[in-house]
Amino acid sequence: MTAETGERAGIEAEGLVRDFKNGPRAVDGIDLRVASGEIYGFLGPNGAGKSTTVLMLTTLLPPTAGTARVAGFDIAAEGPKVRSAIGAALQEAALDPLLSGREHMRLQTALHGLARDERARRSDELLARVGLSEAAERKVGGYSGGMKRRLDLALALVHRPRILFLDEPTTGLDIQSRTALWDEVAGLAANEGVTVFLTTQYLEEADALADRVGIIDHGRIVAEGTPAELKAEIGRPTVEAVPRDPADQERVAEVLSPFGEKTGATRRTGASVRLEGGESQLADVVRALDAEAIAIEQLQLHAPSLDDVFLAKTGRSLEGAGEEEAEADSEEMEAVEA
Amino acid sequence: MSGALRVQVGQLARRSVLRTLRQPAQIVPALVFPLFLLAVNSGGLKDATNLPGFPTDSYLTFALAVPFMQGALFSVMNTGTDLARDIETGFLNRLALTPLRGAALLSGLLAGSVVLGVVQAATYLTVGLVAGAELAAGAGGALVIVALSVTITVAFGTIGLFAALRTGSGEAVQGLFPLFFVFLFLSSMALPLELLQTDWFHAVASANPISYLLEAFRSLLIEGWDAGALALGFGIAAAILAIGMFAASTALKTRLVRT
Repeated sequence: MTAETGERAGIEAEGLVRDFKNGPRAVDGIDLRVASGEIYGFLGPNGAGKSTTVLMLTTLLPPTAGTARVAGFDIAAEGPKVRSAIGAALQEAALDPLLSGREHMRLQTALHGLARDERARRSDELLARVGLSEAAERKVGGYSGGMKRRLDLALALVHRPRILFLDEPTTGLDIQSRTALWDEVAGLAANEGVTVFLTTQYLEEADALADRVGIIDHGRIVAEGTPAELKAEIGRPTVEAVPRDPADQERVAEVLSPFGEKTGATRRTGASVRLEGGESQLADVVRALDAEAIAIEQLQLHAPSLDDVFLAKTGRSLEGAGEEEAEADSEEMEAVEA
Repeated sequence: MSGALRVQVGQLARRSVLRTLRQPAQIVPALVFPLFLLAVNSGGLKDATNLPGFPTDSYLTFALAVPFMQGALFSVMNTGTDLARDIETGFLNRLALTPLRGAALLSGLLAGSVVLGVVQAATYLTVGLVAGAELAAGAGGALVIVALSVTITVAFGTIGLFAALRTGSGEAVQGLFPLFFVFLFLSSMALPLELLQTDWFHAVASANPISYLLEAFRSLLIEGWDAGALALGFGIAAAILAIGMFAASTALKTRLVRT
């Protein structure tokens, strides 16, 4: 691996692996390269290995195998240098409910070694930037989820990091809070050249924010590219038909099958195919269903999305894949216990 | 101590003290419960002073040593639970991403125990004296009692830190509390060592370090200045502190596996 060093270095990983005792391999040979100033979206369901990858790249978890350099420093051999170059807001805002926002900033600026006279100035600047100046003296226990996430982001920026890791930063937030955070993250990359490594399970987040996306499943990157590239790879739209009578599901699937390759339907009682001839076949699909006298409750044409990419690469829809992982893990644990 | 380390210890100590002061649920039981037991014991066991060889006519004075120990036991729970919560919420990971040193983290966390130890000792002593207990060593003895109480509180706090770092669970730390209470009951808590007639109990209490911590407090309350008892009490507290700090430091290295 050729490592870039200095201000221009981003993130490079080769064959990164993490095994857990008595558990599945959480990360299974990840290779990635994130350029300086890029927003890289790491997309995958719960349990795919996103957070474990972030913990390794932020030096909080040693890899079982493989190497990685962050900001030009080896994560295994140069942990302190990596940490001085990065900021991180890990999964679920880790805040002390008994401290105020300003007390968090004071602690963080001091621990990062900012000079005494700079601590208050930097705290004020960041609190204002994330819109928490007025709430700065309130205990964090009374903050909303969005406020906590914004404080979390401010804390990660205290020492002006070159690389920022955000682990599912908008999970559980309402639309307004999510959008505000997206704007802030986009601004960091565009205006300050901060490299952002963002994990998410939200397709629209990766789509809207990331310059490039890596899709991870079962600890492996199954697809990588810009959102446009990935969608172009899939190319064709899908049509999904849901019969009024669930007993007609097989008949619907039969009618649709000549139009293209079968895909996973988003509704359990529906059937879906990727249209070989593109959108123009929709009218033919309607006529074919009508000819069979099947009453249709819902008919939808889906433009290619990152979910289609996930589906094409893994055979599953991203939505619900996390639940499947959890069920599979639970069954595996039961089997081990038995 | 380097400037950076001093800043780290100071900031974490500040946080620890603020957390302690902002959680009345930590302070109030640690003050009220031992005083309640003191009232019950000194009322119910006062006839024990008639036993030949009992060192004082006032069972209240004899029993006043016990709240200092019970208060210190609360320190195990409070300090350990606070750290376990930091582990559970990921706050420890946040700290680990800064240039924070392990020694600063542990020392800072124990600062809350120091504050709680001072408040507890001053309260127990004041209430005890107001209720009629004697203090043979005078005003200087009061200061030594507070110092010993704080040392024991911090020493026990390190055990709480160790438990939290090993288990990462607040419930596991709280599970230690009954165990420590058993240790307290298997000591010279209710009677002096020499008056314990049951052989096995005498043997266990004689081997129990808590007995000697109690004797150090009692020496100041009942006899005045007894260098031997004080040296033994402070020595045992210092040993627990050293062992606890070593164990917690080792556990911290395992818990914080940052590269």
